[in-house]
Amino acid sequence: MTEERLFRAALRSRNLVVGNLLAAAFAIGALLSLFWTPYDVTELAIATRLQAPSAVHWFGTDHFGRDILSMIMVGAQTSIAVAIVAVGIGMGIGVPLGLAAAARRGSLLDETIMRSNDLVFAFPSLLIAIMITTVFGPSALNAIIAIGIFNIPVFARLTRGAALPLWTRDYILSARVSGKGPVRISVEHILPNVTNLLIVQGTIQFSLGILAEAALSYVGLGVQPPTPSWGRMLADSQTLIAIAPHMAMFPGFAILLTVLGLNLAGDGLCDLLDPRIRNA
Amino acid sequence: MLRYTVKRLGSLLASLVVASLVIFACIEVVPGDPASFMLGINAQPDTVAALREELGLNRAPHERYIAWVGGLVTGDFGTSYTYRSPVSEIVVERLAISLPLAIYALSLTILVAFPVGILAATRRGSLTDISVMATTQLGVAIPNFWFALLMVLVFAVNLRWFSAGGFPGWDAGIPAAVKALTLPAIALALPQASILARVMRSSLLDTLSEDYIRTARAKGLTGRQALRKHALRNALIPVLTIIGLQFSFLLAGAIIIENVFFLPGLGRLVFQAISQRDLIVVESVVMILVFAVIIVNFLVDLAYAWVDPRLRSRT
Repeated sequence: MTEERLFRAALRSRNLVVGNLLAAAFAIGALLSLFWTPYDVTELAIATRLQAPSAVHWFGTDHFGRDILSMIMVGAQTSIAVAIVAVGIGMGIGVPLGLAAAARRGSLLDETIMRSNDLVFAFPSLLIAIMITTVFGPSALNAIIAIGIFNIPVFARLTRGAALPLWTRDYILSARVSGKGPVRISVEHILPNVTNLLIVQGTIQFSLGILAEAALSYVGLGVQPPTPSWGRMLADSQTLIAIAPHMAMFPGFAILLTVLGLNLAGDGLCDLLDPRIRNA
Repeated sequence: MLRYTVKRLGSLLASLVVASLVIFACIEVVPGDPASFMLGINAQPDTVAALREELGLNRAPHERYIAWVGGLVTGDFGTSYTYRSPVSEIVVERLAISLPLAIYALSLTILVAFPVGILAATRRGSLTDISVMATTQLGVAIPNFWFALLMVLVFAVNLRWFSAGGFPGWDAGIPAAVKALTLPAIALALPQASILARVMRSSLLDTLSEDYIRTARAKGLTGRQALRKHALRNALIPVLTIIGLQFSFLLAGAIIIENVFFLPGLGRLVFQAISQRDLIVVESVVMILVFAVIIVNFLVDLAYAWVDPRLRSRT
């Protein structure tokens, strides 16, 4: 399929278009907040606290008088940064491990990699975060590590599973005959053939990362105040929910729409990049 | 089947040993030593020395590891530093809330997901199917602790049907206790039910397109009979695996949801222990949760091999 046809097919996919638009809206908000926000999120204005949404404060203000729209924009930065780095850790370590395991199928290396993956799966990311927090204290970095570690086995398994059948193909055999080593074959022939799968899984893990970051910040194990984060904002809103429900609405919708956008984009990409489904 | 079970049992034990080593090592590397970490920077040297003695920190690490694991096996989890009572007693007390909550949520998940998934699959492309797919897409994306907050706002603050949190205890009678667990269980179940309904739908669609279903229909079975006698049973295999995985997610997810509803379960215990630097409690509770996850995965593997004999020979 040529690039132009792929692009046209992408435009026809409703999931992909809607999903990308949603995700892009939050990405733009996050980028914009690097230079400009409607109000300063570190400035406290007790006189105007707990205001309902109005023309002055579109999303209202919180219990310290901070502008909620501005906080959501900066919070998007936090969420996206944590999720991107966590997916990066997962891919950066998981994909090479998966490729190595597939190249040496059945070896001690393969067995060790798969067993240690099982072990990481036994610690849900929340438990990893609890362990790290107990020892080193809560921080954004520790949240990233906790989510990232959990991503490693996901990518390692996916890569191994997709790479294994490729090793029996004729073109891999001819590459071996021409004297290429397992590392070169993995990088030059196997990796390009599993990239589509990795992109789709990357989108899914990215949205799971946003949910995980929100949950960790909500229980106080993630980003620490005064840095705004969506989960933290929801935690703050909890005791005030009866008098200021708007404080709980906007951060919640921000998480929901971002995750929904990424999931839709993932579904769309999957349909687009997987020829078996596309032709069906 | 026996050989497979023994093999899986071996890897189960190996996982448990490595997991306990990892958890033990985490506590070992806390800045300073565990005793001064737990007491904080202002502690008197003799207090720290006394706690070191109490925790047995003067012994070599491998002796302490063996003592800890030996304790875990015999049900002696040590003594909580802040509660001054045996960790095993506290854990049993808290499990009396967390375990029923997880089971309640799992039952809701299955009760909702099965009929919804089957309905969507049998009416593929209809309005029902489309709305099921849209709703479950939302259910997967919604953060469950936010959904919990929204339910508190609607059902506790506005309608006053439920209390916003807390637990009356099982002594207050089963109906009162179950009522207190209802909103938390719904919050936990929503994302899992959405996932399971989607798995049920796609698995059933796969089996419905198999040749043996066409054969069954050709034999004269109605669509409903073919579904009940042939398709459902085969579609259940992947669904069962997902249910097993979900139970461990529910246990971990309960940690967060318990904090929304101020339920005194294992989750709240962990967070209180973190803020009070009670390493003994954190260490034991994390080990128990990991143990539960490993055991459930083991049982799922066995059930899967029992249902699908092809798996036994493959691994």
